[in-house]
Order: sequence, then structure tokens, then C-alpha cells
Amino acid sequence: MRSAWLLLLAVALAAHADDRRSGRETMSPALRTLQADDAQHPAQLALALGREQWAAGARSCASCHGEPEKLRGAATRYPAWDQGIVDLPGRIQRCRVKHQQQPAWAPEAEPLLALSALVAQQSRGLPLRPPLGPELDQAAARGQRIYTTRIGALNLSCAQCHDERAGLRLGGSLIPQGHVDDYPVYRLEWQSLGSLQRRLRGCASGVRAKVWDWDSAELLALQTYLARRSAGLTMQPPGVRP
Amino acid sequence: MATRAVITLPTAIKAGQAFEVRATVAHAMETGYRSSDEGVRLPRDLVRRFECRLDGELVFAADLFAAISANPYLAFWLRADKPGELSFIWRGDNGFEHRETRPLTVA
Repeated sequence: MRSAWLLLLAVALAAHADDRRSGRETMSPALRTLQADDAQHPAQLALALGREQWAAGARSCASCHGEPEKLRGAATRYPAWDQGIVDLPGRIQRCRVKHQQQPAWAPEAEPLLALSALVAQQSRGLPLRPPLGPELDQAAARGQRIYTTRIGALNLSCAQCHDERAGLRLGGSLIPQGHVDDYPVYRLEWQSLGSLQRRLRGCASGVRAKVWDWDSAELLALQTYLARRSAGLTMQPPGVRP
Repeated sequence: MATRAVITLPTAIKAGQAFEVRATVAHAMETGYRSSDEGVRLPRDLVRRFECRLDGELVFAADLFAAISANPYLAFWLRADKPGELSFIWRGDNGFEHRETRPLTVA
């Protein structure tokens, strides 16, 4: 009897897990092709820049890490805790400042996005596995509070669109579940690659709330929560989004 | 920053059979009609001409204008009977010139 209950529970959990759908699965077929076909992918130029940047300079990324392919799986483990919460672009910035002794790039600088995309690309097909830990748990809890708190002049929380109304339409476009498995993404609206922080800041300004600063505690907490919310989903970065 | 271009050819090309070539070059394609955030007119900076040659013979060319997007992407079909070398050249304003070559192996 007990094992039957456990089985039922397992099936229920599995069914629950199946409800989560990556944004790339709910895009139009044309966009899905654009992301799946490397020959058409609009981030190819950025990836080429990433490879160039990877090998550039005397203390290049390659001089420590070898080929980018050796970082397979690295992007699945962010945001991480290392004397503060750090996301993947943040880790690249730290490497640049600390080990390459170069000035940090501006947020969303082209080479930074290109390197993030190159590193993230190596984790294609792997499930998202954000790390655990007391500080990260705390941040995730804070992120969840932000996610469910109404903000801005429109008085909307993230959850009201991306949990309660996912799959419905907002002004003709499908509301996705808001998973973070494909970042950085090439957004057609932006005509460029963009990080998750850019996406979140865009959402905040969309509901006319005060936009969080780059790498602020709020954004990093939200990112930590979102990574856990999408944990286990297969990554296919860099993504393409409308 | 060096100019970047991405050129995609099919992995296997059969003699006499058409194949698709896709070529993108990183370029802002500034129209000359836009202003910067400071209100200063951004000068026109365009790729004007793209040419693709097979062993020196012109096989595809395109004239590009202001309405073409940044990082212009061109896809076209070619047919080759024998192996050779494909060369690509983009020319534009302010002396912009970018060349790429790709070996063409025909089975």
C-alpha cells in the first residue's frame, strides 16, 4: 500500500515536472528552427567573437582553461556562491579583473555577452543544476519573495504573468513560463544578445517599476530563485527569442 | 576588433548539384538617417557590394543599400562541377573591405 502511495507521488511529481516548458518549445516553428539550426542562428557572429576573445591576449582564457569545450557543464552551475553571489557573466568579469588584470567590461558589453554565450553553449543538452548552500538558499528565498510581490505602477508580480497566466496572451504574444535555460539569448526585438539581467530589467520597466541596478542583490536573488525554478530543464543556450 | 564573418557550406557537396551558401558579416550598416542619443546624426556607413567568386570567376554578387539590416545575411545557391576555392569579399564605405576564402570539395 505504502509503495503504491510512493508510486502515485512519484507519478504526480513527474506529471508536475512535465508542466514546465522551456520558452523555446512554445515559440513559433520558424523561431525554433532558427535556434536549432546553427547555420541560421543569429548569435553565430557573437560566438565567433567569443572564440576570438577566448584566445586573445597573453593571459587569455585559453591559457588557463584550454579549449572552450572543456567548460562543458560549467554554465549549468550558476548563479553560484563565491564570496557573494555570482552569475556566469559575473564570473567572467571576475576572471577578467582578477586573473587577466584587465578593466571590467560595462554590463552587456559585446565581448562579455559573446564570452558568456560561448561558455553557455558548451552546456547544451545538459540539465540546469544550480548549486545549493545556506547563502544561496537565503538568496533564493528572497528571490521568490520578489517574484511573488506586486511591483510598479501596473502593480503586477512576476508570478501573476509567468505562473498564473503562462500560455495566455499579452497583446498578441504568448506569455512564456519564464524559464532561464537558454541565457544569454538573442532577442529579435533587441537585435542582439542579452543577458538574463537585461531581460529582468526589461520586465521591471515593463510594469513601470524602479529598475534594479546591474548586479544588484535583488537581481542576483531573483536569478538564484529562477535558476532553481528551472532546475532540471535541458539547456540549449544561446537561445533565440522573439 | 577584427571583422568577423560566418560562412556556412553544406558538409557534402555533389558535382553538378545545387548547394546553399550562407554568409554573414559583422557590420553596423548605419543608414545615415539615424541620430545618436545625443542628437548627433550618425554618418552613413554601409556595406555596398558583396561578391562571391569560384576560382576567380564571379558566381554571385549583390549590391547592398541602406534598408538592409545590420550584419547582412545572404543565402544563395551555387552549382559546381569540380573542386575549387570560393572567395568572398565585402566592400563598403570608409574603405571597408573584408575577404574570406573557403575550399570547395566536390564529391
